[in-house]
Amino acid sequence: MSSTIVDAHAGEHAHRGGVGAFISKYVFSRDHKIIGLQFLFSTLLWFLVGGLLALGIRIQLAWPWEGMPVIGPMLFAGEGGQISPEFYTTLFTMHATVMIFFVIIPILAGAFGNYLIPLMIGADDMAFPTLNMLSYWFMWPAFALIGMSFFFPPYGAGGGWTSYPPLSAVWEAAPGSHWPQTLWLLGVTCVGISSMLGSVNYMTTIIQMRAPGMTMFRLPMTIWAMFITAILQAFALPVLTAAGFMQLLDRVAGTGFFVPEGLVVNNSIAASGGGQPLLWQHLFWFYSHPAVYIMILPAMGMVSDIISCFSRKPLFGYKPMVFSISGIAGLGFIVWGHHMFVSGMNPILGMTFMVATMMIALPSAVKVFNWLGTIWGGRLYFTTPMLFSLSFVSMFIIGGLSGIFMAATPVDIFIHDTYFIVAHFHYVLFTGTAMAVFGAIYFWFPKMFGRMMNEQLGKLHFFLTFVFMNGTFYLMHILGARGFPRRLADPYDYETFSNLQPMNQFITICAIGMVASQIIFAGNFIYSMFWGPTVGRNPWRANGLEWTAPSPPGHGNFDFQPIVYRGPYEYGSPEVDTDYYPQTQPPPDGIEPTGKSEHTDH
Amino acid sequence: MGRFWSLLFLSVPVIGVLTFVCAMGNLWPMSGGSFSFPADHWLPVNVSENGAVIDRLFMFILGLTGVIFVATGIALFFFLWKYDAEKNAEPVKFTHGSHALEIVWSVLPAAILLFIAIYQMNAWADAKLRRPTETIGTTEVPKRPLVEVTGRQFEWRLRYAGEDGEIGTPDDLYTVNELHIPVDEEIVIAIKSEDVLHSFFLPNLRIKQDIVPGMKQFVWFRANQTGTFDVVCAELCGWGHYKMRGRMTIESREKFDVWLDKQIEEQERSEFTPKAGDEDE
Repeated sequence: MSSTIVDAHAGEHAHRGGVGAFISKYVFSRDHKIIGLQFLFSTLLWFLVGGLLALGIRIQLAWPWEGMPVIGPMLFAGEGGQISPEFYTTLFTMHATVMIFFVIIPILAGAFGNYLIPLMIGADDMAFPTLNMLSYWFMWPAFALIGMSFFFPPYGAGGGWTSYPPLSAVWEAAPGSHWPQTLWLLGVTCVGISSMLGSVNYMTTIIQMRAPGMTMFRLPMTIWAMFITAILQAFALPVLTAAGFMQLLDRVAGTGFFVPEGLVVNNSIAASGGGQPLLWQHLFWFYSHPAVYIMILPAMGMVSDIISCFSRKPLFGYKPMVFSISGIAGLGFIVWGHHMFVSGMNPILGMTFMVATMMIALPSAVKVFNWLGTIWGGRLYFTTPMLFSLSFVSMFIIGGLSGIFMAATPVDIFIHDTYFIVAHFHYVLFTGTAMAVFGAIYFWFPKMFGRMMNEQLGKLHFFLTFVFMNGTFYLMHILGARGFPRRLADPYDYETFSNLQPMNQFITICAIGMVASQIIFAGNFIYSMFWGPTVGRNPWRANGLEWTAPSPPGHGNFDFQPIVYRGPYEYGSPEVDTDYYPQTQPPPDGIEPTGKSEHTDH
Repeated sequence: MGRFWSLLFLSVPVIGVLTFVCAMGNLWPMSGGSFSFPADHWLPVNVSENGAVIDRLFMFILGLTGVIFVATGIALFFFLWKYDAEKNAEPVKFTHGSHALEIVWSVLPAAILLFIAIYQMNAWADAKLRRPTETIGTTEVPKRPLVEVTGRQFEWRLRYAGEDGEIGTPDDLYTVNELHIPVDEEIVIAIKSEDVLHSFFLPNLRIKQDIVPGMKQFVWFRANQTGTFDVVCAELCGWGHYKMRGRMTIESREKFDVWLDKQIEEQERSEFTPKAGDEDE
């Protein structure tokens, strides 16, 4: 597509061009903004699916074997609406799979990465628009394969999202280990291809397509985070893809990479042999630990931008923030073994991973302190995006601190595979990343659709989500301290855990409230998309380049050539009378513009 | 509204700490109400020596992180309260950061984290590296296991050494899901799996070890209290994972010997005695 600048009324073009033009504009589009929105809508829909799967887990834990309301009788009429133990394994496997591979990773990199990178660096599109289109359309085979797995007995993969062999590699090992497990592997591979195509594109775009004057150290934190995330993906993902194919071959060709000899599974002898189950765990976590940072770094970046904007004050410690992200990414490659402290891995190797893991808490701490420093001495506006971002900071503190417990190897012996771990990663991924994502949606929604979301409803959504999510996840620390294990369909026959059912019921009720609160969000989102009040280019009085483009930006993004004079956080600068100072605003007379001609890529 | 939001964020450390206090002291409010939480929502009773070390480490980290949790939470609240744009007319402090502060809040956490890292190494080594030894003749060898535990879908198969003290000989005793351990002795347990991954979890001894098929592993401990406790499978092993449940009886050496003799006697009377090597690969 040409990079000519067109007006925002793209619908009229589509109408004039007929069906073919509509399809190339909105379906197989190569415009980064359309692709970003495609990712956003797809991932939000999967967010709903993942949330409902989670409620299935919660209902079983609160009232085991009493049946799932409404959909239970439809799915399991034979069992009187009960969740079968097989289906329970499917529930938690698919909850995690959907949330990680279909929601968090694609909503951060796919939706916000795509939408924001060209706009925030002042480019007209991505470096490789066709590759970008393919990165979205490779999600569809993944959606189809994982979706299909629900229709083959026993209705979904049940090997856990970590897919540990031999349970996942041997057909006889688990009911969920038949067709669904194979489809699961193929689906995850497609997600990997999608991420890979995206990450190559992001790196190239950020390095090559910055507007004149946009030096690396004038990039917003969002872009820095996306950049580092892309590097993580590009270097870690091939390992998972290779491992996935190896497990696929174990399943369909009997290669036995991960299956030791002499197994007797379900009274039949597994034919293959000569493999090592721990090999899978190393390969899997070599990707999936960096993936944890892929799931948090972009959120940290977006939160930094939002907090600075609504504190009307520069980001505290910009460079330390950049170095922290880089530090997290670098250390992120050498801590995967902390998932394997009790796996049977060499305990001395475990000590090495423990020290690296302890150290990775340091850049995270530095980031928290800098966010607090940003708020200190500002003028705070409690808008919905700000509230979500503040709650990210508040909750990330909990998620970060609980990580120290499991980094300590002796303590991890006790809490490994308990609800303490479940509490920890939900504090990081739900109350952390998902809160940042909500904040980012409220923040960039006016740019995406040219309309504001309703603030009152936004705050109500925030308040209810905040209360219910803490009710849901905080008590899981207590369950974990008791030793309450994950992934048990009915834990209450154990004497140690027999008294925990009331607490699980409380958690389930909060979880239902949390999911129900999202109805407010969905309503607000859909209503505002069509009927929200229209806004100008810069409703938040923010500094970033994206706010100088029209809302929503037309094809080619900018109707002028942006030239960057300064970093994105010059709020409250004494150089100007306004409390913000856009990156493209030339300095007033008498002040020497700095770094004007450093980068002239165009 | 800024006041309201500040207080909402203040409630995080306040309710957060109170929740842990309630859990530790069984002080749940609403006792007798619809959500009365029964007692015992904290670390299960510990009956092993290394377990006490792990518990102390847990409490130490809890205290340390608790202080940081409360301090950062209150700082966040205070800044939100003080710098609310509705109430605060002061111009913003136009600053891009502080080199000195960055140094302080990098070095200080680094030192604390390194301290925790080094402080815990001994407990880890005791749990996973320093297997007890015994002396046979004049040579010191790793202590032989009392019992071999085999995880399989979905039960624990146990094999005790008979009179000869060696596992894998014809006089072995076989039981399922019922583990007996003498108290106040260094115990070594060999664990293996015959099908998929399992995890041998003894919550009251703070023992957990994943069982990997194709590998033979050992756990060891010294129990210092008698009683009956849970044996839990803590690694997903298939649809019946939740019912892979065993019981562990810790008893005096005399009672243990009596139990063992009785079991062996019963096994010999049974015509289904497995022959030697039946379960070996």
